[in-house]
Amino acid sequence: MTAPPADAVTPARTAALAVRDLHVDFDGPEGPVPAVRGVDLTLNPGEVLGLVGESGSGKSTVALAAMGLLPRTARVRGSVLAGGTELLGAGEKALSRLRGSRVAMVFQDPLSALTPVHRIGDQIAEAVRVHQDVTREQARRRAVELLDLVGIPDPARRARAYPHEFSGGMRQRAVIAMAVANDPDVILADEPTTALDVTVQAQILDVLRTARRETGAALLLVSHDLGVIAGMADRVAVMYAGRVVESAPVDALFAAPRMPYTIGLLGAVPRPDTGGRPLTPVPGSPPDLRKLSGGCPFAPRCPLADDACGDEPALTGTGDDHDHLAACVKTPGPGLYPVPEIPPATAGAEAPRSERPAVLRVQGLAKTFPVFKGTAFRRRVGSVYAVDGIDLDIRRGETLGLVGESGSGKSTALMEILRLAAPEAGEVEILGRSAAGLTKRQAHALRGSVQIVFQDPMASLDPRMPVGEIVAEPLRAQGHGRADAAGRIPRLLELVGLEAAHADRFPHEFSGGQRQRIGIARALAVEPELLVLDEPVSALDVSVQAGVLNLLQRLKRELGLAYLFVSHDLAVVRHIADRVSVMYLGRTVESGPVEEVFARPRHPYTQALLSAVPVPDPSRERARERILLAGDPPSPAVRDEGCRFRGRCPLYAALGDAERSRCEGVRPAPRSLGGDQVAACHFAAG
Amino acid sequence: MTTTATVPTADPAASAPPAARGRGRVALRRFAANRNALTGAVVLLLLFLLAFAGPYLTPWSHTDIDYSALREAPSADHWWGTNRIGQDVYAQVLHGLQKSLLIGLLTALTATVLASVVGACAGYFGGWTDRIMTFFIDLLLVFPAFLIIAIVSPRLRERGWIVFVGLLAVFGWMITARVVRSMTRSLKEREFVRAAQLMGVHPLRIIARHILPNVSSFLIVDATIAVGGAVMSETGLSYFGFGVQPPDVSLGTLIADGSDAALTYPWMFFFAAGLLVVFVLAVNFLGDGLRDALDPTSGHHRTRRRPRRKGTTHDRAAR
Repeated sequence: MTAPPADAVTPARTAALAVRDLHVDFDGPEGPVPAVRGVDLTLNPGEVLGLVGESGSGKSTVALAAMGLLPRTARVRGSVLAGGTELLGAGEKALSRLRGSRVAMVFQDPLSALTPVHRIGDQIAEAVRVHQDVTREQARRRAVELLDLVGIPDPARRARAYPHEFSGGMRQRAVIAMAVANDPDVILADEPTTALDVTVQAQILDVLRTARRETGAALLLVSHDLGVIAGMADRVAVMYAGRVVESAPVDALFAAPRMPYTIGLLGAVPRPDTGGRPLTPVPGSPPDLRKLSGGCPFAPRCPLADDACGDEPALTGTGDDHDHLAACVKTPGPGLYPVPEIPPATAGAEAPRSERPAVLRVQGLAKTFPVFKGTAFRRRVGSVYAVDGIDLDIRRGETLGLVGESGSGKSTALMEILRLAAPEAGEVEILGRSAAGLTKRQAHALRGSVQIVFQDPMASLDPRMPVGEIVAEPLRAQGHGRADAAGRIPRLLELVGLEAAHADRFPHEFSGGQRQRIGIARALAVEPELLVLDEPVSALDVSVQAGVLNLLQRLKRELGLAYLFVSHDLAVVRHIADRVSVMYLGRTVESGPVEEVFARPRHPYTQALLSAVPVPDPSRERARERILLAGDPPSPAVRDEGCRFRGRCPLYAALGDAERSRCEGVRPAPRSLGGDQVAACHFAAG
Repeated sequence: MTTTATVPTADPAASAPPAARGRGRVALRRFAANRNALTGAVVLLLLFLLAFAGPYLTPWSHTDIDYSALREAPSADHWWGTNRIGQDVYAQVLHGLQKSLLIGLLTALTATVLASVVGACAGYFGGWTDRIMTFFIDLLLVFPAFLIIAIVSPRLRERGWIVFVGLLAVFGWMITARVVRSMTRSLKEREFVRAAQLMGVHPLRIIARHILPNVSSFLIVDATIAVGGAVMSETGLSYFGFGVQPPDVSLGTLIADGSDAALTYPWMFFFAAGLLVVFVLAVNFLGDGLRDALDPTSGHHRTRRRPRRKGTTHDRAAR
């Protein structure tokens, strides 16, 4: 690779971090497997550089290589300069001096980044003492200051806590505190918010901004989330197949992308602010880096590819703006990717909502788990109120998005509904029949009408079964004959965009998106009326996710299906759902038509949730006003007589004493707030 | 369903050509492509042929005694020589091979089937089923198996060797069952099992179609080891006078008798020992091949022959 340095403007000496022609190969059973193939990056002092890419693009490997943290099986070539010091090939001792003091790292998983057996304060103090000559007492005081800086309340007391006593968001704050402990020049953040909920993600991104302001460090932010990048970065580098394929200032990249891959990525990502726009998926899946032909690695998926793409293009800038570089020989125009056609809704679904029959009705559903203590004499010491009052209403041909953060009881609620048995409290009605009074035979027959698609397409398909048998399984369970079931498989596979000839292959031979299609084909086999989709696209990359979302929309229109679409991703819900129901700690707090809820959220939690969702649009991101929620959700083991949200509620904080007592003592009932929108809040504005 | 619904219905005319092959057919094809497995199967087949057809080639039976030829080396008359009382080693070894093949394979098969059924049921159903079955497993584990077989087998001698197989199997499945039980408990939490439950698949069908295939690698390895183990236990018991009794012979008794003479009269020992080694090796090869054939993710021979074509489907999929 003889590509010129990405930005010749800044000499490598003065840059905070300069990566030059970085190559990383991993040893595989069949020879070395390239992961990074000639990456040039320049991180100027005080700048935020966003590194975007899908899984397998090599973005995390770049960050790890810069820290010298790659395993022994990795072979690294090239140069990584941090403030003029070469990091590659430096001895372990020299690296230890640099790590933390000059270059600091924030990892994705805050739990494994902290030692479980030491107190948080001691771990931060240790990071201070490694690089600074201070006494134990001074280091401890510095640790408390740092915890205060990253916004941990009561830092002196919390410094004595162990990692397991912290929530995920607090742990990530502690890791950031440790990263900034020695005023580094560069902070490398590898997917720092991917494991966190949206509202916590907003807090952590805010802490990262604060940390950067306080230390003046440059930040290399590695993420797959275009929204996070749009809100944080000054410049963006897009990686594909181990190389940087486009690099530009953030506004230029989002407004006028040059590389077809970037264009595809931006067209494929659903946005929480504009619904209804059809997504344009990028066809195919990322290449196997072992089998690159030498041409442009994106060519097999590129609509513009022709003979000119036979050589791998270098990263070059065109015209006078030399800071916008793209590795493409073409000049893509508008309408690069064909906009998929979503067929019009079938006649039955066009009827007004109130006249359509209800497919699923849930009222006041509750589920508690007992908490036991003791081994010899197990006794119940309490309950976890996982689900504590959920209302759902799905009509035929309708998609209900069920939104909630982790721990809000979404999955528990799903399992309670799908159990098809009498719930602990409340009522579940499927296709007009109450789940409480079903006989075994009726429940079995009803299972054919309600099918589920799981989150992880690998785990939900039996690895030992050929695809044909997997798809036929629900048919056989519903009593169809072997021949009858086998006869339907080819057309089912074609319905979800696979080939009939794939029936005798095994799940591991397919890519993630294809596996999810198999899961959908299996669910459709028995012609269900309600499809429960449990985070069906959250394990997929953006470019593949768009294809699956479009498929779901097409199937819904063609077959008149109703969906219960569970997701933590509000942008996806905005895109696919007709109605939305928001959950907080086991209770429904707001529901209504998706346009109305997203345009005018009434419940303070919904407002905060929506304001926390990053939008892949830099100018909008900068202009947005965020409602940052304080703290984390309380424990679900405590049954709250009043509103469960009040501890974090900005509305509650502004109330007088008399009104507060109402929030504390009276559980807010769902209240209609104009039209179809319902919110469970005493004081939500109508 | 609305009138425009296009969910496929069974249409024999449209679906005839690409009928999906079941997993049995796929496994069979993969098995046939595995050279080690085929070698194992062929050798095992030859051993059976030798054991059951071989005795007809010689005039001697395993009980005949040739007083004119004591401890005689292999010759045209006695192909594999004779032992110290003039019995034909060829006839004896083949008769012993019959016994050992049947005892070894049947014991391993019975024990493995018992272990997988009990283990999978205990792990899958949990609760009281699990507690009762685990109690039973533990009870059998603490029984002194050798003592019980020693006490029981003389009373059942009239029923023949099949009872002996039963006894060996009954005391040889518990540890396997415990492993299967714990594997089942973790499999039960996997999403594909939950998916099957939510589809309304019958629990026993889930065990047969999802649980057991996913523990099959372990079961096969365990069974191949059990074959050798069964032959050895039979030898041990026979040595103490409980298993196969004279004039009946097994490979175990022959090896035990001939081991003193292994250096001086090698034919009395090495034919029996050699066949036992060949037998156990063949079973191991067969088991390895079976395991690879049943596990679609193992081995590269398939992917090398048929490279994956990911891109082609996605182009269509991305409409």
